[in-house]
Amino acid sequence: MGELDLQATLSALRPRLLRFAHLQLRNESAAEDVVQEAMLAAFEGAGRFEGAASLSTWVFSILRNKIVDEIRRRSREPIMANEEAELALEESVADLFDDAGHWVDTPAPWGNPEASLEQKRFWAVFEACLEVLAAKPARVFMMREFLGLETGEICKELAISTSNCWVLLHRARLGLRECLGRRWFAEA
Amino acid sequence: MMSCKQATDMMSQGLDRDLSWGERLGLRLHLLICIGCRRTRAQFAFLRQAVQRYTRF
Repeated sequence: MGELDLQATLSALRPRLLRFAHLQLRNESAAEDVVQEAMLAAFEGAGRFEGAASLSTWVFSILRNKIVDEIRRRSREPIMANEEAELALEESVADLFDDAGHWVDTPAPWGNPEASLEQKRFWAVFEACLEVLAAKPARVFMMREFLGLETGEICKELAISTSNCWVLLHRARLGLRECLGRRWFAEA
Repeated sequence: MMSCKQATDMMSQGLDRDLSWGERLGLRLHLLICIGCRRTRAQFAFLRQAVQRYTRF
């Protein structure tokens, strides 16, 4: 791949990489920094790569590692949690069930959700639902699902107990499911 | 019998670790009789599928 092609491919990828980094880090300048570092690393080592598909996968894997490093570095600082948002999610999840733990409203079916994956508007709603998720459950969910870390590793990084980790993942999944159900599948 | 809240917790944990034999059995029995939890299970699986698609660069 020529240098110009490489530059063009990387520039085309940049907005997506930035959105991804921003979802993970929730901080504009930190996202800019990791994307910048990942693109530089890609540029320096790109000689070995052929074709845009493998290049983008590779740049993404570099970015993923940079984000994990950044989270590790930051995990020594407390998460800037918005207590109100954390409590609001906890309550909205608790409100899904009655005192006996049964659904207050039986969840509606989503039809054929796979078809949504092909729709651009779905991804905007998906990102919006991730952005409004409270910081702590969002952080654990992102580390687990987007960065592919095992829960043991996540607990260690964030210095939380395993059971707390599972509670946060449960809450994140129920919250996201509720948001997508309300903002996308109920509309579709 | 497991409640829906417990069942969704088990389903969520099932995405992060291997459930024990007893946990799987309890969950299966609950799912047999609970349409809401069967839908939630499919929706949790869809969430993972969506993330995998989102992160496929």
